[in-house]
Amino acid sequence: MKYADEFRDPVLARKVLNRIERTLGRIPMPEGRPLHIMEVCGGHTHSIFRYGLQKLVPDSIEFVHGPGCPVCVLPMGRVDDCVTLAEQPQVIFTTFGDAMRVPGSKGSLIEAKARGADVRMVYSPLDALELARRHPEREVVFFALGFETTMPSTALTLLQAAEEGVENFSMICQHITIIPTLKALLSDPQCLIDGFIGPGHVSMVIGNRGYGFIPDDYGKPFVVAGFEPLDLLQSLWMVLEQMAEGRASVENQYARVVPEDGNTAALRAMAEVYEDRESCDWRGLGAIDRSGVRIRAAYADFDAERKFGLVPADVADPAICQCGEVVRGQLKPHMCRAFGKECTPATPLGALMVSSEGACAAYHQYGATDLVGTRDG
Amino acid sequence: MDDGGGARRLRGDAVTLAHGAGGRAMRDLIDEIFLKAFGETRVSGLEDQARLALDAFGGGTLAFTTDSFVIDPIFFPGGDIGKLAVCGTVNDLVVGGAKPVALTCSVIIEEGLAFADLHRIAESMATAAAEAGCRIVTGDTKVVPRGAADRIFVNTAGIGAIPADRSLAARHIRPGDALIVNTTLGEHGAAVMAARGDLGLTSALQSDCRPLGELVEALLEAAPDTRAIRDATRGGVATVLNEFAAASGTCCRIAEDKLPLREEVRGISEILGLDPLYIACEGLFVAAVPQAQTEAALAALRKRSGGEAACQIGEVVATPQGRAVMTSFFGGDRLVDMLEGEQLPRIC
Repeated sequence: MKYADEFRDPVLARKVLNRIERTLGRIPMPEGRPLHIMEVCGGHTHSIFRYGLQKLVPDSIEFVHGPGCPVCVLPMGRVDDCVTLAEQPQVIFTTFGDAMRVPGSKGSLIEAKARGADVRMVYSPLDALELARRHPEREVVFFALGFETTMPSTALTLLQAAEEGVENFSMICQHITIIPTLKALLSDPQCLIDGFIGPGHVSMVIGNRGYGFIPDDYGKPFVVAGFEPLDLLQSLWMVLEQMAEGRASVENQYARVVPEDGNTAALRAMAEVYEDRESCDWRGLGAIDRSGVRIRAAYADFDAERKFGLVPADVADPAICQCGEVVRGQLKPHMCRAFGKECTPATPLGALMVSSEGACAAYHQYGATDLVGTRDG
Repeated sequence: MDDGGGARRLRGDAVTLAHGAGGRAMRDLIDEIFLKAFGETRVSGLEDQARLALDAFGGGTLAFTTDSFVIDPIFFPGGDIGKLAVCGTVNDLVVGGAKPVALTCSVIIEEGLAFADLHRIAESMATAAAEAGCRIVTGDTKVVPRGAADRIFVNTAGIGAIPADRSLAARHIRPGDALIVNTTLGEHGAAVMAARGDLGLTSALQSDCRPLGELVEALLEAAPDTRAIRDATRGGVATVLNEFAAASGTCCRIAEDKLPLREEVRGISEILGLDPLYIACEGLFVAAVPQAQTEAALAALRKRSGGEAACQIGEVVATPQGRAVMTSFFGGDRLVDMLEGEQLPRIC
């Protein structure tokens, strides 16, 4: 497979691993613990598990799986909102696949579908718009979920619907933004993250300039990375090099995809359609100021919340769940008191156990702990 | 049986509820579509039951299995629901070492299904059964109102004879055995996904749907001490490996760089964020073979249609017991767990 296999070359990987070991020798280690490198993005978590990277890197490096999986930080109340809309008889509710299994207090969208709701998996918001064109007698609602990665496609779809005057199409907007969340993580006094592997797809849209506060205010290296195993290993090495040289800056390993200033056309469409929410709820992390967006009043007709007079549900996470500590990197998934007991991929309590990008599901799928290569369990 | 009336006896061009009402219309549907395709047989003779002489089983063990088939679209590159329904049941027999003897065919039809489609499905069942060396000897037809079924559902049951000297079972698997497959992974699932058309993908992929009897016989001749064979359908190769490991208390350890994959399947999996280890196959088996007979087994398979890409994908080791593990081509290990529900595409 061209453009992918080149970044999966085991011989090159061995070379990068050797470099990582050499660089590591020049870094003063924290006391009593390995270096904590947070990969922010769920796609990175997925690759780390898929390629067994934790086992390949030296023991003194530990990947901490960050909050960058939109499915994993989806609060239960928001799932309930989706179920409420999906259960309206005139609604065809459309969503990306892995949001379907996330549990809310009234069950998941898959369960709503089994009860008779018309819930359909789509691969793109454009597919949902096409459904609306084909079914003028129904109301098609798209669950616009995701970080800045998926925002341009939903914004452009909404603009297209507006231009064509498709009146039976609307979106429930659950777009969240990564930078306020990173700020919230870093301002936590218990934060033990030494460096970051930054999100590649988000940065392809927003560029790299917004991350400057991470090295400037917190002194942590931040390297935007691609998703293939060599991308990740090279990014890790770049983070370590910064540490070894006693500096911290934002660097771009994924320059073949990520422009410094992002994608201006995408940013324009996003700014046209969305505005900041004062606050946004995150599963496990609680409310974070200005960490999400909503649809501007000018496009109210396409905002399912306004169109259906939805009163957002506010549901507390189950008391037993420790998703928050896992998402903050303070707890390894298998150390959660519900892991593998009350909470399994078959009976997920938290979304981290649902998506294959979720750290808990990945731990469960890829590793009885002896296989994951965790050294603290 | 008299089929002199020809297609004239079926009025209109699609199935209606009348064709399920038990009267003349139903009789006509069965005669004109199914019996014409399957051939009238002395064993059935249109009594209420098929009758098979016990000596058809030669004193060995009777193998008996059933499976129901629902698929969208019902016609896909490389097959259709009829071929699938015959191959699926035949394969469940042959991987146990059985020679298929007879099949049943029960269909639930949504009113409005075109006779032409039904005819095509019945013909394709007959062709697949003939290829598998067995006959469809009895069946049933129901018609349900529009919306109560999705075009057509097919159930087949099959019986076969396992020769007395054969005992293939997952519990016989032991450390040191080689794990082999006869063909490339995930082609049925990938072809069907592409054929649904909602991905906007075009591909030359064909479903691997085929009866596996000849390949199994060739394998057993070349590697008579083969421990177990299982065909990978829903849940893919990963599921079979987990079943093998659980039943034998061993670990199935495979190597990612040994997995035979077509570029198209890799590409579709990559785009959709799916893992080919879990994608459905309909003409692939995994076999556990003693290491000493592996080369002979692979050589025999590679000479036959559907076995050209046969290869070893891993081996059975002692631990971790009951688990399937894959060494990534990167050298890291990962657990290959059973799938929890349906494989859902990742968001980004």
